[in-house]
Amino acid sequence: MRLAGWGRYPVADCALSAPRDTAALAGLVAHGAPLIARGSGRAYGDSAMNRTHTVSMRHFDRMLGFDDDAGVLKAEAGVILGDVISALLPRGWFPAVTPGTKFVTLGGMAAANVHGKNHHLDGGISNFIDWVEVMGADGAITRASRRESSELFDWTMGGMGLTGVIVRLAMRLRRVETGWIRQQSLAAPDLDAAMAAFDAGRDAPYSVAWIDCLSTGARLGRSVVMLGEHAPLDRLPMRFRRIPFGPPPQRRRTVPFNAPGFALNRWTVSAFNALYYRLGTRRTGTAYVPWDSYFYPLDGVLGWNRIYGRRGFVQFQCVLPEAAAREGLRALLQTIAAAGQGSFLAVLKKMGADRGRFSFPMPGYTLALDFPVSDKVLKLMDELDRITLDHEGRFYLAKDARLSAETLHAADPRAGDFASMRRQTGAAAAFASLQSERLGL
Amino acid sequence: MSGGAVLVLGARSDIGLAIAHAFAAEGHAIQLAARNPGTLEPARTDLALRHGVEVTLHRFDALDPAGHETFLDSLPALPEIAVCTVGFMGDQAESETDMAAARLVMRSNFEGPAGILGLIANRFEARGSGTIVGISSVAGDRGRATNYVYGSAKAGFSAWLSGLRNRLAGTGIHVLTVKPGFVATAMTEGMDLPARLTAEPDAVGRAVLRAVRARRNVIYVKPVWWLVMAVIRAIPEAIFKKMRI
Ligand SMILES: Cc1cc2nc3c(=O)[nH]c(=O)nc-3n(C[C@H](O)[C@H](O)[C@H](O)COP(=O)(O)OP(=O)(O)OC[C@H]3O[C@@H](n4cnc5c(N)ncnc54)[C@H](O)[C@@H]3O)c2cc1C
Ligand SMILES: NC(=O)c1ccc[n+]([C@@H]2O[C@H](COP(=O)([O-])OP(=O)(O)OC[C@H]3O[C@@H](n4cnc5c(N)ncnc54)[C@H](OP(=O)(O)O)[C@@H]3O)[C@@H](O)[C@H]2O)c1
Repeated sequence: MRLAGWGRYPVADCALSAPRDTAALAGLVAHGAPLIARGSGRAYGDSAMNRTHTVSMRHFDRMLGFDDDAGVLKAEAGVILGDVISALLPRGWFPAVTPGTKFVTLGGMAAANVHGKNHHLDGGISNFIDWVEVMGADGAITRASRRESSELFDWTMGGMGLTGVIVRLAMRLRRVETGWIRQQSLAAPDLDAAMAAFDAGRDAPYSVAWIDCLSTGARLGRSVVMLGEHAPLDRLPMRFRRIPFGPPPQRRRTVPFNAPGFALNRWTVSAFNALYYRLGTRRTGTAYVPWDSYFYPLDGVLGWNRIYGRRGFVQFQCVLPEAAAREGLRALLQTIAAAGQGSFLAVLKKMGADRGRFSFPMPGYTLALDFPVSDKVLKLMDELDRITLDHEGRFYLAKDARLSAETLHAADPRAGDFASMRRQTGAAAAFASLQSERLGL
Repeated sequence: MSGGAVLVLGARSDIGLAIAHAFAAEGHAIQLAARNPGTLEPARTDLALRHGVEVTLHRFDALDPAGHETFLDSLPALPEIAVCTVGFMGDQAESETDMAAARLVMRSNFEGPAGILGLIANRFEARGSGTIVGISSVAGDRGRATNYVYGSAKAGFSAWLSGLRNRLAGTGIHVLTVKPGFVATAMTEGMDLPARLTAEPDAVGRAVLRAVRARRNVIYVKPVWWLVMAVIRAIPEAIFKKMRI
């Protein structure tokens, strides 16, 4: 069937199967031809695609137990994060790390070692995964943790499904008193101000910024920086205390057609400007926001990925090390603004250290932005790759759809180690995606 | 919101589990009955965790009538709603040549489900309340060459449910007949089903919940199947017999 990632680029004919249990899964692994696991297909590019053998984890969708004292959930890898929130937030637990959509699977989160707005303090999801059970090339299941089979654990976090299929895992959640976030927003007139705001807000549990990519010159990097924390019950405004875990998830609106590419950007850019100017008068603003709209603003619009039209879209996401970040970000933003390729907003986030032998984050700044696919955009992306390379940055594979093997290996010497580990363990012969083939992993 | 227990017979089926989730989400306790109840342990934990309701597992074989009364006595409580998703499609070609195979299909779709639901109906009648849900099929609306052994058993089951509804009208006991069209489940895995006519099990679960609450008598899931089957039923037999659909 025709399969694609969230960006709907690239599209390829992939044979998709959905085993119902580990025995059936082992049968597929034993079959010989390499396969790749697929969760919700929320990675943007071709990470969860394999022409001859893509394996949907949708039947591995059961929560297997929850320890109410330690906050540890045992679950099959195909469980959807949003279902975990629905089940456990009413009991006072929230995911310790969450990406910007709740429609991902737990297996997909582990495989990408996803990061959230708290990465600068807490690191990626791998820090909250006690163990994973991975089906390897021989069809046997190994439990890997920091203590047992720790090599396998470290390669699997951020290993993009290329070490084996995660069938079950144990994930620690965080205790919260409410489902509300106390958000503080600051208007930053330029990049230096934005970076200063991240430094000043280093103790805030959550932080992220929207950057206006159209601003140039003295206003380059003009942004709104948003800090957040889980609101304790006694700080919550009275009118919200009746519903401490927030209103139920937003009603969904569906985007029914392949809208022209500018629609979403026009919407976001005007939302940005409205916010910026509202803040501009006061410089800062505090608001109580329900968890769903704080963490998952786009989940309310089902199928928003179609808004970019038939050719789909690509996301560029890199991380630049602290020392080179200021200069590198400036170069990236200048190039993006000069190209005028219809990306109006970018997300900037300060990252901390992380574990995982091949996972994306490192201390520094990560920049992410979407572009509608076109030949010009693909050229621009090459240019952004080069700037990232020059500043010793890395690329996020969960967003990637078009990086070259050469660039990846130049940017990240760990890629070579990863590939040779895969050859030695037999994983290379059993697990492969269009992405791993393209990138020589 | 909460409600009385929902018994699902044939609970290992995708449709049965989806119905269990739909009712558990509304606070109903769930009784899962199947031939291999041990294999439902993960599903039990999952249901209980997601919805915070009590879930129990029970051994049940629709083709073992001798065990039915004991089975019903062993339930923690007589359920408020009993749903039967037991069914077996078999292989049409095999059913044409092997009488034992055909009998298994007929018994699994008609005799077994009608037998157990009949006993439950009597208990509901004695109590004066309850809802019975039978999962039949559009295949029972008209016999077709490709699956008439299965279809005829479903036709028998549909007629039986209709008669039961007639008998119990006015007693406070409600009978719902569910006729799914294609559903993407283990039963239909590997078949090339038309996407627009195929429902996900979750959709069947939600449809059954709504229909129970609205006290509907007969539902098709997806509703377009009502139209499809009305057309198929209207074709004169002289023409129908030459068609291959
Ligand atoms: C709107 C949006 C916002 C996002 N925001 C963020 C963000 O803030 N931070 C962030 O880090 N990411 C973010 N992402 C990316 C997303 O979190 C990752 O791509 C995640 O991996 C998707 O999970 P999935 O279940 O959809 O996996 P898929 O997209 O199906 O697969 C992704 C990768 O995981 C592997 N995989 C999936 N399941 C398994 C398994 N059971 N065993 C082994 N490997 C498996 C696949 O092989 C593939 O390599 C965002 C994505 C979207 C669409
Ligand atoms: N899928 C469709 O397109 C479709 C369409 C219309 C109607 N239906 C009907 O929907 C119902 C559920 O089907 P499904 O699609 O979910 O398929 P399924 O997984 O094959 O479900 C059938 C279930 O019936 C159980 N069963 C069979 N014989 C039994 C017996 N003697 N005692 C106890 N349980 C027995 C099976 O139990 P085991 O797990 O132990 O084998 C199985 O769980 C069936 O009645 C089917 O006819 C399905």
